[in-house]
Amino acid sequence: MIRVVDLYKSFGNQQVLKGVNMEFVTGKITTIVGTSGCGKTVLLKHLNALLLPDRGHVLVDSVDITQLRQKELYEMRGRFGVLFQGAALLDSMTIFDNVAFPLREKTKTSETQIRHKVEERLEQVGLEGMGYKYPAELSGGMKKRAGLARALVMDPEIVLFDEPTTGLDPVLATSIHQLIVRTQQTFGFTGVVVSHTIPQVFEISDYVAILANGIIEELKPTKEFQSSPNPVVQQFIRGETEGPIQVL
Amino acid sequence: MLLFLSRIGRYTLSHLAAMGRMFLFLLSALALSFRPPAKIRLILYHIKTIGVDSLSVVVLSGFFTGMVMGFQGYYSLRKFNAESWLGSATALGLLRELGPVLSAFMVTGRTGSAMAAELGTMRATEQIDALYSMAINPIKYLVSPRIIASLIAMPLLTAIFDVVGIYGAYLVGVGLLGVSSGSYFSGMESSVVFHDVYSGLIKSVSFGLIITWVCCYKGFHAPPMATGVSQATTESVVLSFVFILVWDYFLTAIML
Ligand SMILES: Nc1ncnc2c1ncn2[C@@H]1O[C@H](COP(=O)(O)OP(=O)(O)OP(=O)(O)O)[C@@H](O)[C@H]1O
Ligand SMILES: [Mg+2]
Repeated sequence: MIRVVDLYKSFGNQQVLKGVNMEFVTGKITTIVGTSGCGKTVLLKHLNALLLPDRGHVLVDSVDITQLRQKELYEMRGRFGVLFQGAALLDSMTIFDNVAFPLREKTKTSETQIRHKVEERLEQVGLEGMGYKYPAELSGGMKKRAGLARALVMDPEIVLFDEPTTGLDPVLATSIHQLIVRTQQTFGFTGVVVSHTIPQVFEISDYVAILANGIIEELKPTKEFQSSPNPVVQQFIRGETEGPIQVL
Repeated sequence: MLLFLSRIGRYTLSHLAAMGRMFLFLLSALALSFRPPAKIRLILYHIKTIGVDSLSVVVLSGFFTGMVMGFQGYYSLRKFNAESWLGSATALGLLRELGPVLSAFMVTGRTGSAMAAELGTMRATEQIDALYSMAINPIKYLVSPRIIASLIAMPLLTAIFDVVGIYGAYLVGVGLLGVSSGSYFSGMESSVVFHDVYSGLIKSVSFGLIITWVCCYKGFHAPPMATGVSQATTESVVLSFVFILVWDYFLTAIML
């Protein structure tokens, strides 16, 4: 279980998070939606302490990760897999090496086993035979899928997906969603998904939360979320410019 | 007036804090460099990018620096009828001062700026965050191998610069201006002592450290956008030059 308690974060004099409180249930997928620039990526980066809050706590299995020391912090991060918004592949190495990278650096897996596992993951994301290419030679969607393969290669307990389907065509988006569900069912990880692809993303989510005006305005099981009378939720789902969410 | 003073105070404090951060960065990078496991492959790769890629520009600038020294040395020495000391004057100048400093400048421009740009891009495209999230210390992975590589490559490049420079001065002095070849080398042999070579070596090693430190720090902490990367690159080059010259002054004063 991950709990976020009263999280505040600002950059300069821009207040991004203004007291976020929420929970992520173990073994379930929770999706965070919200307008562009509302701070979803910032919130996600607090979950494995890539960013530290100005105030507030993040509890992973009741350990406050904002207070950890360097060594414990690295151990804790090893339990997470992260798919970054821009994939964040290391562009000095091939796709294969990128996916193999955490295995080579963090485990003593033999090279044959690594090859086997990496090829399996690449196949799962539909990139079989592409391992020899460099990130710069891939389309945005292909990079995203390679990033997904890397996020899943260590069989993490918790996986953070920052917009896994943004920029993909609808067919591919659906197949990535199916991949997330399938791997989630196989490995049972706790999933945190940030996504704009509504309503499709609701099909893979157990819970949905909406981040607006720096706080979590609503967090409910998916069905209840969709029928929530909360004006923030309704404004977002219908895509209206008038309402309680402040847009530019 | 009070406002003015508080502004000065804040300015000073923020600069002091920045210097402190930079120094901590150096300490942690150094500590991680000498903690196993050493990344041999990465170190070799960076020796290639620092050493081999800067080789041509170091050779070229060494050659022309030497030739200029041939002319200038001849001009000044002739005033004292001491042209035969051209060899020793050139060798001392190159070994003790110009070799380390100028080759460090060349490496800053050729490789240091590229380091800042590369790390800055990695910051902007979240690759550094990705390393953290894979529980890999990016300083150990990105900065430490570069530091070790520069400690190895920099003195070698300086030695090449010195040799090429001495040869360049020989071509001008002996070939063009008619200094005798024998006195060029015998003068060098009798006046250059091991301490001269050694002090040049110390300088080049420490300049190598300064370059990787400053350029990696600037790249690592570049603001995550395109202008941030270009700004970090420029700042890293300027700051490296300044640090090299200031540090050179202190080293010279100590080791003279
Ligand atoms: N490192 C940073 N330095 C300064 N400001 C930042 C930084 N990271 C994020 N911000 C600011 O925080 C705000 C929220 O950014 P964030 O990336 O979390 O948005 P987002 O909800 O993920 O948007 P999108 O859906 O477009 O990805 C933005 O206004 C951004 O300018
Ligand atoms: Mg985002």
